[in-house]
Amino acid sequence: MNNLTIVEARKKLDTKEVSSLELTQYFLGEIKKKNDHLNAFITISEKEALSMAEQADEKLKNGDSTPLLGIPLALKDIYMTKGVRTTAASKVLENYIPQYDGTAVMLLKKAGAVILGKTNLDAWAHGSSGENSDFSPTKNPYNTEYVPGGSSSGSPVAVASEMALAASGTDTGGSIRLPASFCNVVGLKPTYGRVSRYGVIAMASSLDSIGHFTKTVEDNALYLQVTAGKYTMDATSPPIDVPNYTQNLSQGVKGLKIGVPKEYFIDGLDPRIKDMIDKSLKWYEDQGAEIIEISLPHTSYAIEVYYIIQTAEVSSNLARYDGIRFGNTRASFGPEAKRRIMLGTYVLSAGYYDAFYKKAMQVRTLLKNDFEEAFKKVDVMITPASPTLPWKLGEKTSDPLSMYLSDILTVHANLVGIPGLSVPIGFLEGLPVGMQILGPHFSEEKLYQVGYAFEQSHPFWKERPKNE
Amino acid sequence: MSKYTPIIGLEVHVELKTQSKMFCSCSADYFGKDPNTHTCPVCLGLPGALPVPNKQAIEWCIMIALALNCEINLFSKFDRKNYFYPDLPKGYQISQYDLPFGKKGSITLSSGKTIGITRVHMEEDTGKLMHQTVNGQKISLVDYNRSSVPLVEIVTEPDFDNADDVVEYLQKLQTIVRYLGVSNADMEKGDMRLEPNISLTDKPGVFPPYKVEVKNINSFKFVHKAISYELKRQEEILEKGETPLQETRGWNEAQNNTVSQRIKEEANDYRYFPEPDIPPITHTVEEIAQFKSSLPELREEKIKRFMTEFFLSEYDSSQMTREKDEADLFEDAVKIGKEKNITAKQIANFIMNKKDSVFLSSKELIALIETDLKKEELDPAELDAIIQSVLSQNEKAVTDYKSGKESVIMFLVGQCMRAIGKKVDAHVIKNALIKSLS
Amino acid sequence: MKIDITHIAKLANLPLTDEERTLYSGQLSSILDYIARLNELNTTEIEETSQVTGLTNVLRDDKALPSLSQEDATSGSQSDKGQFKVKGIFDNE
Repeated sequence: MNNLTIVEARKKLDTKEVSSLELTQYFLGEIKKKNDHLNAFITISEKEALSMAEQADEKLKNGDSTPLLGIPLALKDIYMTKGVRTTAASKVLENYIPQYDGTAVMLLKKAGAVILGKTNLDAWAHGSSGENSDFSPTKNPYNTEYVPGGSSSGSPVAVASEMALAASGTDTGGSIRLPASFCNVVGLKPTYGRVSRYGVIAMASSLDSIGHFTKTVEDNALYLQVTAGKYTMDATSPPIDVPNYTQNLSQGVKGLKIGVPKEYFIDGLDPRIKDMIDKSLKWYEDQGAEIIEISLPHTSYAIEVYYIIQTAEVSSNLARYDGIRFGNTRASFGPEAKRRIMLGTYVLSAGYYDAFYKKAMQVRTLLKNDFEEAFKKVDVMITPASPTLPWKLGEKTSDPLSMYLSDILTVHANLVGIPGLSVPIGFLEGLPVGMQILGPHFSEEKLYQVGYAFEQSHPFWKERPKNE
Repeated sequence: MSKYTPIIGLEVHVELKTQSKMFCSCSADYFGKDPNTHTCPVCLGLPGALPVPNKQAIEWCIMIALALNCEINLFSKFDRKNYFYPDLPKGYQISQYDLPFGKKGSITLSSGKTIGITRVHMEEDTGKLMHQTVNGQKISLVDYNRSSVPLVEIVTEPDFDNADDVVEYLQKLQTIVRYLGVSNADMEKGDMRLEPNISLTDKPGVFPPYKVEVKNINSFKFVHKAISYELKRQEEILEKGETPLQETRGWNEAQNNTVSQRIKEEANDYRYFPEPDIPPITHTVEEIAQFKSSLPELREEKIKRFMTEFFLSEYDSSQMTREKDEADLFEDAVKIGKEKNITAKQIANFIMNKKDSVFLSSKELIALIETDLKKEELDPAELDAIIQSVLSQNEKAVTDYKSGKESVIMFLVGQCMRAIGKKVDAHVIKNALIKSLS
Repeated sequence: MKIDITHIAKLANLPLTDEERTLYSGQLSSILDYIARLNELNTTEIEETSQVTGLTNVLRDDKALPSLSQEDATSGSQSDKGQFKVKGIFDNE
C-alpha cells in the first residue's frame, strides 16, 4: 500500500482487492507507528473510523462507487466533529466534545469517507510553523528537525507520511499553501466561500478558506468535488455552480497566459527557490504557455493589511471562549493567541480605528484592484509559496514578527479571496519546495489543469520521506 | 415652577414576533419555555457557527421605520458590537452602527409637539441572567432561549421635557407596532423595553455635561414614577451646586427609587466593525415605496376617517381603534349593521358599555346588538300608558293631527320617546299612536 | 508605538501577569511600528473593502426549525437544572 493515492485506493476498493476496513486498519496502524515521532494527530478516533469503514464496506457491497467512499482521511482539529473531541490545538478546548458536525464534515461523511482522527495545528490557526500548538509541534517528515509549516501542520504531514490519503486544512494567510510546499504535497486554498465555513472554528471571518491536502492534483480535485457547493448556513458562500473538476484535468497549458508578479520575487527570496520557479516557468513555456511579467504594485503592504484585519477579526471571534458554555477560561489561551487578541483589540479601539482598521480596509481595495487589473492580462499567476525553505524548529519562535513575515507571499490571496494551489516542484537540501498557482475567483478548475500538467512530468510526489 | 428644564431622550427596544430568531432558525417563541431548549450552535455561540439574517425581521424593522416617518438607508449593513457579559454568548452582539435601516424620522404628540426619531435599527437580543445565592455563594444562571431573538431599537432625539409626553409616546409606539402586527409590545412581558436618558438644564437649549440612563422600567405604571423620581433626585443635587454623576441607574419598584448600577470609569469601547459574516443589505427606491404603500392604515388616520365616515366623535373613534383587530371588527360590523338600520354610533356605544359581552366576529356582534335592541321593547300596557299621558299633555297636537296634519305624528312620537327615556323602535311607537288616535 | 497594555487586556478580557504585561507590551509595540507603515499610502477617496464576495441580501425565510436538545446545549459545561452556571455578577439588573 505504498504511495497510495485516492485514485488507486478507489480501484482497489472497487475491485474488492481490499476492503475499507482493511484500508482503515492499515492507516490506523501507520498512525500508531509514526505519530509519536511526528505528532501529526491530536486525536485518533479509532472506534468511529472502524465503524465508518464498516458502513462504507456495506455500500461497496451494494455496488456504490463514489470517489471518497471508504477512503480514510484526517481532519484539521479546527473542524467541528460531533462526538469527537475538537481542540483547535488549544488548552482552552482540550476536553471539548462538539454537539454538531460542520458542513464540510457532513459532506465528507455523506460521501462515505472514513475519518481517522483530528490533526495538529498552530493553536487557533495562529502560526506558520505548527510551533504554536498547545499539544507540541508537528515535525516535518522529510527532516524531523524542521517545521512542517502551519497553521495546518498535522494534515500535510499525515498525507506526506502516509498516515491518511487526504487531510483537511484551513487557509487564512497561507496556512494550506505554505505547509503543502514544506511537505511535498498538493494543497488547495479554494476561493473564499467556495466551501462552507459553517462548523469550522473561525479565525478571521473574511479571510478563512476551507481547503485540503492530497498527494496528487487529481486526488485534490476529487475531494473538492465533495466539499464545494452553494450553502444556506454560510451567508458568505456565493451561489456559484460547482463544475466537474476532474473532467478536463489533462487539458494542458497551450495558449495559457501565466503571469509572474515581479513584486513576489523579493530580496528575501532564497535564490535557489527563485531558480526552481524559473525552471518551472520555462517548462510551461515549452509546453506552449506564454509567460508574462506583471505588477501587483501594492504587494509590499499586504502583510500590514493582513495583520490588522486578521487580528481584528480574531479578537472578536475568540470572544466567545469564556468558559461558560464550554471549554476552559481565557487564562488557558497561549501566548500567540493572547498577542493576536490584544493586537486586534487595539486596532479596533477608540481613537485607533481610523488609523488602523479603516486604513487597512482601504488598502485592501487597492490590493483587490491590483489583482483585477492583472487578471485582465493573464489567466493565472505562478509564484513561490514561501521565500525560504522550512526552518528549524525553534528558529523563529522568539520573534513573532519574523514568523509573521513568512506569510509574505500568501496573505495577498486571502485578502482578495482568490484561490491558490500549491504543487511540489522539487527539493533543496532534502527539504521540499512548492510553487503557488493563483487564479481569479472560482478558477479552481484552471488551477488544477496547470498543476496537473506539471505534476505529470515532474512526479515529485512519489518521493516519500525517508525518515519513517 | 422649577428653574430647571428636563431633557429626556428615549431608547426603546421592541421584540419582534417572528417565527424564528434573528440569525438562526430556532423558534423565537421562547417565553415560559424550559431553559436552553430553544438554542442551536448559532445563538449559543458555539465554535464554528455562522449567522444568517431573518428576512421578515428586516422587513418589519423597515415598516416600523416608515411608520415613524424615517428615511430608509438604501444601503445598510450589520456591525459587531464587542463587549463581554455572560448573557452575550458570542462576546459580541450583531447590531447596526453607522448605517441603520431607518433614520431622521418623527412622531407628533397630541399637544402638537414633534419628537425626532434619530434612528431605527435591527439587533439581536441577549440571553437571560438570573442571580441566586447557593450555599452562601453568589452565582448567576443563564438561559439562552432569548438569545438572538430579533429586536428593533428606536432612539429619539432628547426632545422630551416631561414624563406625560414620554408616556404618550410609548403608548403611540405600542399602538403602531401592534397595528403593524410585528410585536405584542407588552412591557410586562419584556417585548417592549424602555431606557430613558435623563438630565436637567437651567439654560434651555444648552445640554448639561451629564446624563443618566435609567434601566429596569418594566411597566407603564412605573414610567411616570421613575422619571419623576429621577428628575427630583437630579434637581436636589443641582440645587446643592453639584453635578449629578453620569451613570446608569436601575428603577427599583419595591423602594420606588432609582439605584446606581456599576459606575464605569470609562465609557465602554464597543470597537464596532462591519460584520464580516453577513453581506450588506440593499433596497431600491421602488422596494421602499412598495413597503410604504403596504403599511396598514395606522391609528391616527383611522380615527380621522371614522369621524368623517361614520360621524363618530373623536372620543368614540379613539375607543374603537385601540387595537387594529378591534377596529377592523368594528368597521365590518358597521357594514353589516347598515343593512339592518343599526348605526355606527349604536355599535360603538354597545361595545363601550357592554364590556362583558364576548363576541368573536362582527356577525355575532350585530346579532347581540339586535337582541339588545329588541330587549328595549316596551310592555304594550306600559306603552299605552305613556301614549295616553303624552296625548293628554298635547291636546293641540292631537287636534291638529285629527284635522289632517299628519306630520304632527312625528312630534308626538318624539314626545313619547322622551317620556320613555329608552331607545325604542320609533316605528312601534308610531303605529301604536296612530292606533290610539284613530 | 507605546500601548496601554492594561487597558487593552481589560477590553479583551484577558488576565495577564505582570511579566506577561511587560513582554507583550514590547512585542506588540514593535509589531505596531511595522504595521504603521500603511500610513505611507495615500488612501483619500478610496472605498473600504470589508467583504470580498460582492454578495448582498443573503437572507433566510422566517421558518422555525428544531433546536438542540437541552442536554446537547448544556453538554459543554456545568449546568443547574438546564441553566448554565456562572460565578456571581455583582450588579443590580
